[in-house]
This record gives sequence, structure tokens and C-alpha cells, in this order.
Amino acid sequence: MKNNPLIRRPWLRIRWWLVAVVIVSLYVWSFTGIEFSGIRENAGTVTVAILQGMISPDWDYVYLADGEDLLRGMIDTLAIALLGTFISAFLCIPFAFWASTNMNRWKWSSGIGKFILSFIRTFPEIVMAIMFIKAVGPGAYAGILALGLHSIGMLGKLYAEAIEKIDRGPAEALLACGANRLQVMWYAVIPQVLPEFMSYTLYRFEINVRSATILGIIGAGGIGTPLIFALDSRNWSRVGIILLGIIITVSVVDMISNYVRRKIV
Amino acid sequence: MSPISVTPPSTNKGRGGNERTSSMVKPSHTKSIMTAAFIIVLLWLSAERTDATVTQLVTGAPEMGKLLVEMFPPDWSYVTTIWAPMMETVQMAVLGTTIGAMLAVPIALLASGNVTRSKWLYIPARLLLNLIRTIPDLLFAAIFVAIFGLGAVAGVAALILFSFGLISKLLYESIEAIDPGPLEAMTAVGANKLQWIRFGVIPQVTAQFISYLLYTFEVNVRAAGVLGLVGAGGIGLLLTRVLDQLRYDRACMIILLTLVIVLVIDYISYRIQEKLL
Amino acid sequence: MIEFRRVSKLYSNGTVGLQEVDFTIHSGEFVVIVGLSGAGKSTLLRSINRLHEITAGEIIVDGKSMTLARGEELRHMRRGIGMIFQSFNLVKRSSVIRNVLSGRVGYHSTIRTLLGLFPKEDVQLALNALARVNIQEKAYIRADQLSGGQQQRVSIARALAQEAKIILADEPVASLDPLTTRQVMDDLRRINLELGITMVVNLHDIDLARQYATRIIGLRAGEIVFDGPVGEATEERFTHIYGRSLREEAASIGGEAL
Repeated sequence: MKNNPLIRRPWLRIRWWLVAVVIVSLYVWSFTGIEFSGIRENAGTVTVAILQGMISPDWDYVYLADGEDLLRGMIDTLAIALLGTFISAFLCIPFAFWASTNMNRWKWSSGIGKFILSFIRTFPEIVMAIMFIKAVGPGAYAGILALGLHSIGMLGKLYAEAIEKIDRGPAEALLACGANRLQVMWYAVIPQVLPEFMSYTLYRFEINVRSATILGIIGAGGIGTPLIFALDSRNWSRVGIILLGIIITVSVVDMISNYVRRKIV
Repeated sequence: MSPISVTPPSTNKGRGGNERTSSMVKPSHTKSIMTAAFIIVLLWLSAERTDATVTQLVTGAPEMGKLLVEMFPPDWSYVTTIWAPMMETVQMAVLGTTIGAMLAVPIALLASGNVTRSKWLYIPARLLLNLIRTIPDLLFAAIFVAIFGLGAVAGVAALILFSFGLISKLLYESIEAIDPGPLEAMTAVGANKLQWIRFGVIPQVTAQFISYLLYTFEVNVRAAGVLGLVGAGGIGLLLTRVLDQLRYDRACMIILLTLVIVLVIDYISYRIQEKLL
Repeated sequence: MIEFRRVSKLYSNGTVGLQEVDFTIHSGEFVVIVGLSGAGKSTLLRSINRLHEITAGEIIVDGKSMTLARGEELRHMRRGIGMIFQSFNLVKRSSVIRNVLSGRVGYHSTIRTLLGLFPKEDVQLALNALARVNIQEKAYIRADQLSGGQQQRVSIARALAQEAKIILADEPVASLDPLTTRQVMDDLRRINLELGITMVVNLHDIDLARQYATRIIGLRAGEIVFDGPVGEATEERFTHIYGRSLREEAASIGGEAL
């Protein structure tokens, strides 16, 4: 485009063709790789059954005297998300400072911090939960630890970005007042990033509530366990009420969290 | 929550009986203390409810350590077995992302207030999007396995819905933020609604759309790796199997390969975005 | 008293910051450092409290070597030197009083300051400092609610709360309008006269310098090219030294950032 804009250069067109060929072959490869023949013939009826289950859900399941009900399941789920988020909100702080370029003297140092964070992110929470089950046994606690560890990856990255955006001035002023490193941190850095930290933590809490609903699938507590039982036993009306419970809970959590986040920043 | 907090601090009234010069009064910390106490109580109740204790973690840590030790060295030869399922995982992500993205475009246009204009259309569309986004991908996968049976098709279906929710949300937010100038210009030249969208809206959001597409693809490759835990195809099926067989060296190999693939895809996607923006 | 003994600063990219600078500032002086942008004014000021390191020579503050001070000793020396910045350098999301109190951190243990437990006298000191610059009523307001001039006065109060004997001001009025410029400069002069605090101020505006300084130091390419009382700092002399009027320079870099 730097030369004569009126003349279309041929190599540009060739490049477009190359891109097109790559994309088309990617899709051919993908479509041929997936086995489509194994679909159950009763898929339609099952879908209808699930939808009907959601329209006429098993209301009795909301509260049962013996405690194995939707209400308790959702409370567990929220508790897992809350504790997991809380743990990661603190554990990620040192990583965040490590990964932010303006808090390190050397570029490679923050690079290592960033790599560790992205490494943690790649480890899915569900795999972590499987490993924690080996350590602390099945149950909600394994789920909490898994969420707590996994969330460090994302929260650490977001925190680091908040730290990188800060104004260096106040830190310089504090240094000039004779403050030591910790005092500079506490008086000049933390006040600048705290609202962001809180907002990101809430955002992560929203995500963790969603994640906590599935941890039960592998036995790490929460509503996932009864859901997978209901699916296995084809109890569609119970599947329906559990799905409704998840949708409502997550929506309410999102609304509250959004409201608070808007007030913070 | 109290109306006081909404008003700007400069109009702070002297609270608590002390009526000196208005803003000289030290603001009370009651609200922050209450909030902190509320959060602590919530955390404490949560810990009670879930029996989470530090002792348990300390006693369990050696078990976990043993497991980590068993993971190394990874079973390198296992790569030949897991290569095909790994590729299937990527294929699932490609299809799920693409189909989800295609479905997302119309609903995103529908959900944008500046394109649709009618509240009766965009509010229900947004509601639908919010509802879909409440369900995590693995949950979709569990449901689709019940519907379609075990296999990658259930996984692809789950990824389609998940990508659909994610991309349409991101996309409609970008569409709402576009420059209204070109839209006015299109109206002025007498374009119909489709032409208006084609020449006024689409050119302004194409770059963002592609970047969301790539981002969703990255997320989906990660997600597809675990869909197998509920039987929805991909590498996760093998992961459950080797974990059941207590072959942690093989589990480690699976995790490492996933990591490598994810990093490669992240890198490619990063380069593409660099070219585009 | 601030003594510069053959102080030089060479940046790692080869640029000369200061070259063989040698002078003494006595207690109670109001010294204004002038020069074109890039002449080394900011480097000179920041080398006094070691926000910038020098590469040769020595700086002595009140008989003690700033250059050789390490760790706690350095922090204690810094605590006696207040600093005011062009961009105020307040924590905008913190309250005014907290910003002023942050000037006291050098006096207390880390634990105590991290818990925010300042003694009552410190709070009173901070309020008095704010009163001295006429913004006591803004004490519990967030700093970002204030105008630029008010924010700069908060940072002056911070230096006062520090009980500094020396105040360094790096282009304190460069981001302010003419009216607030006067107010801030008047505040600095009042503090200098009433409390006897030594002022070292960087200004690019030669008129302003003549108005407030008792002594003017002119810098060019890291070297001192003028050092004398205001009376000698005539327009002709400066035009001669710099080859052009400093007034034009002032107009051209008016709103420039640090």
C-alpha cells in the first residue's frame, strides 16, 4: 500500500489464496476427524425429555429433610467458590508482583513470573481437583483447593496488569520521604490497585461459581454430584430442577457482583 | 447500599451528632468494617459447611507429594497413543468455535441496541445470552452426552453452545461501542437494513470478531481437553482412564502434551492478532 | 546546608547529566535552578535525595554524606528532605490526610505504618500542615476530588508533615494555571520565610524565578553557567549565556511533562 495504491500487487493476492487454502484444509481436517456416526437414535426424545423436565421440574427436590437437596447443593457450591476465590485472591499477589514489568529490575524476571502464571492457567481446575482428591479425599475441600490454585493463574495475570498501569509518581514521592520498600508498597502501590484487585476478584468469583457447579462430576463437592447422578439415572425432572437452580443462582451472583463492581471502580 | 455512599464525598454531611465544618469530620469506617465482618462471617460459614481445615491440607500434602513424584518421569512413549485423541481434541475445538461463532453473529446483532433499536427484541436476546452463559462447558457436555451418547459429537455440541454464549456477548458489546457516524451515512444513502449492517456495522467489528474468535478457540482447546471426563470425546477420556489405572506418569504425559499444544496455539493466535491489529 | 563536590552524572547511554557541579546552598536560602529543558535541572534536584544516583563526586547534606549513606541511614536522611513534584504524585484514590500522613512513614516502624497506626500528634501535625496551606477543610476528601492547585498544596503539606529542613521542588507549577501558580509559589515563599526551610526549586520560567528566588543557579548541558543573587540575573546576561531568551523557552515547554 506504500507504493501506488491503485495497483494491486500480485503477491498480496497469492497470500490471500494461501490463507484461504490453509483455512479450508483446517476445516476439512476437523470435519473428517470427528466420528459423527455414533449418535444415538433417541437423541431427539431425550432432548424433549430434558426440556420437559425443565418446564415441569421436580420441585420437591428443592428442599428435602435428609439434606441431600438442591438448596444444600447450591450452598455447598457457593461455599466452594467463595473459599476458592478467597484463597487465590491472596496467593496470587506475590505472583502478580513477580510478573509485573514495573516491579522487577530485570525483564526476564517478570517474564518468568508471567510464564508461571500461564502455566497454572493451562492446568484445568478439574484436573487439579482430581489431584487434590488424592491428597485430601473426595469432597468439597478438594474442590476449594483446586479452584484456589487454578484461579491464581488468571487473577495473578489481571492483578499484574493492574500493577503495570499504576502511576510511578506516588512511589517516587514516598521514596523521597524516606519510606522503605514495604512502606512504598503499602502507601503508594496498594491504594492504587486495590479497587482493581477487588473488582477482578469478584469477576473471578463469578467464574468460580460456574466452575464449582461441575466439580461434583468427579467428586469434588457441590451440585455437580447430584446432577451427574440424575443424568445417569435419566431422572429428567430432577435434571431440570438442578439446571434451573444453577441458572438462577449464577444469574443472581452475576447481578450482585456486577452491581458491586460498578460501585468499586 | 446506604444512600450516603452514592453522593460525592464533597457533600458529606457531618454524621453521628458531630456537626462541625462539613468535610472536616472524619468519615466513619462503619461501612467498611461491616463489609469486612460480613465477608469474614461468610468465609467462616463456608469453611464450616465444607469441612475445610488447614490440618487436613497438611496431613494430605504428603499424599499429594507422592502423587507428584509418581508423575515423573513422564511416560514419553505414551505420546504415540495419545497423539490421535489430542488431535481430535483440537478438531473438536475448531468445529465448536467456528459453528458457535457463526451462530453468534445474528444473535449479537439482535442484542445490540444500536442495530436492533427495539427493546422488545434486544432485551430478550440479551436475556437468552446471559442464561446460556450461566452454564459451564463441562455441564453442557454432561447433558449432551446424555442426549447424543458418548463421543466427540457431544463435546462439539457443548463447545458450540459455550462459544456461542461467549462470542455473542463480546461481539454485541463491541457492536454497541461502534462509531455511529458510518451508520448515519448508510441511512443517508438509503441503504436497507441488511446493506446498512453489511457496510456500516460489519467493517467496524471484523477485527474484534476475529480476535474474539481466536480467544474463544484458545479457551476451547483448554476446555476440550477435559470434556472427556464426562465422556464427551477428546484427550480427557484417556486422562480419566490412566488416572483410574493409577498411571500418573501417563497422566503427566497427557498434561504435558496438552500444555504444549495449548502454548503453540496461543502463540499462533497471538501472531495472527498482531498481524490483524 | 547542601554541598555539591565535583558532582558528575553520566547516563548509561552516554548522555551527560551533570558535569563537575560544585556549589553550596546554605540554610534558609530560596534557590531557583533555571535552564533549558534537558539542561540537567531535574537530575540535579533528584541527585540530592538520591532518587537519581550520581556517577562521580559527593553530595553532603547537613554535614553528612548523602552519597555514602546506605539503607536506613539513607532513609533517615531522605526523611529530612521534602520533595514536591510537577505531577503532584499523590495517591489519588487515598484521602488527603492519608497522603499527608504518608510523609511520616519514615519516622515509624514498618509494622506500625502498615497498620496505619499513626500517633495522635502525627495526625495533628498533618492537619496543621494542611492548615498552613489553607486546605484543612479538605482533609478527609479523596485526593482526586481536588483541583490541580489544591493537590499541589497537599503535596506541600506532605513535605511539611515530614518536618523537613529542606524542600526540593521539581517544576512545582508547570502543570498549573497562572493564578494557582502564584498561590503555590506564595505558599513556598511563606514556608521558606516563616519556617526557615531551605527551598531548592526548579523552574523554567525566568520571570517567576526572579520574583521568588534569593539566589539563581543557571544550568546548561549539565554545567553551572550562572550562580548569583537575583539582582545579577538580568535578561541581557541570560540571553548572552544561552544565546536566546529563556522566556521563549518557557513559553514553548509550558505544559510539558517530566
